[in-house]
Amino acid sequence: MRADVAAPACRGRTASIGFARGPFIRLNARENSARTPGSPQDEALALRGAIQSSSEQIAELAAAAGGEATQILEFQVALLEDQDFIDPIFTSLVQGTPADTAWSSALDEQIADYDTASDEYLKARSSDLADLRDRVLRILHGGESLAPEIPSGAVICADDLPPSRFLEIDWSGGGGLALLRGSPTSHVAMLARARGIPMVVQLGSVPDAVIALLDGEGATLELNPNAEQIGLFERRREIHRRSRASARAILRRPAATWRGERIRLLINIQRVEDLEHADAQYADGIGLMRTEFLLSGPEGMPDEEAQYRTYDEVLRWADKRPVTIRTFDAGGDKPVSGFTPEGEANPFLGLRGLRLCLSRPDVFKVQLRALARAAVRGNLKVMFPMVTMAAELETARTVFTEIVTDLQARGIAAILPELGIMVEVPAAAMAIGDFKCAFFSIGSNDLAQYVLACDRSNGALGNLIDPLHPAVLELIARVAEHGRRAGVSVSLCGDMASDPRCIPALLHCELRELSVNASSLAQIKQTIGQLGHGGGGG
Amino acid sequence: MLETSANGPFVTGKVALVHAVGMHARPAVKLTKLAKRFQAQISIRASETADWINAKSVAKVMALRAPPNSTIEIKAFGEDADAAVAALIDLVSADFPDRDP
Repeated sequence: MRADVAAPACRGRTASIGFARGPFIRLNARENSARTPGSPQDEALALRGAIQSSSEQIAELAAAAGGEATQILEFQVALLEDQDFIDPIFTSLVQGTPADTAWSSALDEQIADYDTASDEYLKARSSDLADLRDRVLRILHGGESLAPEIPSGAVICADDLPPSRFLEIDWSGGGGLALLRGSPTSHVAMLARARGIPMVVQLGSVPDAVIALLDGEGATLELNPNAEQIGLFERRREIHRRSRASARAILRRPAATWRGERIRLLINIQRVEDLEHADAQYADGIGLMRTEFLLSGPEGMPDEEAQYRTYDEVLRWADKRPVTIRTFDAGGDKPVSGFTPEGEANPFLGLRGLRLCLSRPDVFKVQLRALARAAVRGNLKVMFPMVTMAAELETARTVFTEIVTDLQARGIAAILPELGIMVEVPAAAMAIGDFKCAFFSIGSNDLAQYVLACDRSNGALGNLIDPLHPAVLELIARVAEHGRRAGVSVSLCGDMASDPRCIPALLHCELRELSVNASSLAQIKQTIGQLGHGGGGG
Repeated sequence: MLETSANGPFVTGKVALVHAVGMHARPAVKLTKLAKRFQAQISIRASETADWINAKSVAKVMALRAPPNSTIEIKAFGEDADAAVAALIDLVSADFPDRDP
């Protein structure tokens, strides 16, 4: 076969649009298993070295992590120092078993044992052991004691990727993400869209390569491309870039309108750095600022001062525009060690969002104090996630009011900001009239997941989890209609708002405020503009 | 429910596991770390019919799967066996506190 004959492209599903051309890097150590075993003595030496390096790496991670994470990492270190566990592995090396095989089979045996435990907590430990297994294997295989170096702009390929790993990667030089499994509705896909990183999921199996072309629009991955493939790829990228450029021109135009009504377009941010996106400045405000990133810092739970500075920075950026900050929405698919409960059989239906915060006043009150102080600095609104009943909102309001009174009594500038709730539990959408608050924000991702009974992180349900399902739209219309009658503003901040295909339906549901990723702002404004000029607006 | 007694060359003791989730990673790590501070050979078991396991092995201690409210039996053999059993009983009965034991 000639080198310039085009290899067929691997096809997956789009999780985030965009284009990436760069070195192809695999993250999963278990995949590149080519390793030539040496003599039993060499193997013992290699394994001892790998265990030693792993111990050091984990100890470093533990020191940086703090809190509950440290305890879990300490378990891994303890296992590496457990002679009853380690010695039999070295014994099998003497009998000629290669180091990686001996190590894997010992760990796999433990993992299988934990997997069959009836106790959810013990089951969850099996992923810690898999992590430990892979860490040592990575060192044995690569002969390197660090995770593979990721060159700038690389197309990163993995089986799946936890959100924490995504955040560790330096995306400042571009790059893309190609997942063999994964799902477009996962948390990591959401992060990729927010950062404008192209991502394709469910690629199946992919051979190794040096260079890759990732097309997030066509959902294709081309490996070791020839000149013709590169040419076509660059042409598609150029078309995409031009449509982005014309979208940006649209951003500079006055506000979007539809049927004579102004449509407010706000942005969602995951962290303060998202405000650096070139399009962010054109937003009518921040419709959703997530605060979970504050929980994953190296120092564990953030103190009041650090939170206050973060909120203040965002309010200063927004100037007079509104900023809606959502209180910690941990739990579900966003576990935070030391905060979210371990071993829940059904975390999406468990102690998450406001439920968790109300059960952890030690964490919640610190956040509310920081928010009450920040509220005097700008146009702040605060919303509570995952609210089921009006009583939860009222409890949170009482706690918040007490905090404000207390701060003021101590002479500290603080006010109670406007309070609202996320509407994402179907019960809240059905009984929307029960909630007395200043605004509603529809979280369509979770609302769709709960209405359709589809875990949004489960890729196998991709076709079922359709946010345009009439049942989902009916609930959205119900909330919007209640808002109109009661004079309470209603916005939608889920992925639907960033999806041009969903815009007509949302406008027909009487929604007039949408909060989107900064990278989608131009496209959504353009979509509304086209609809407004008779292009399918009905 | 704390008791120790000398039984032949062994020092033995019993203590109730009051930890809410039983012998999980955190308690197991603390118990093995403490056990390793002693020269004595230390074994534990979570029921009278079970095999004794090495209290210095975190893999074995986790494999006990000791549920909350089970009784942990401890036996130690060696020069500092008395101190070892006392320290382990202290740790388990105080529900694995975060101070350095």
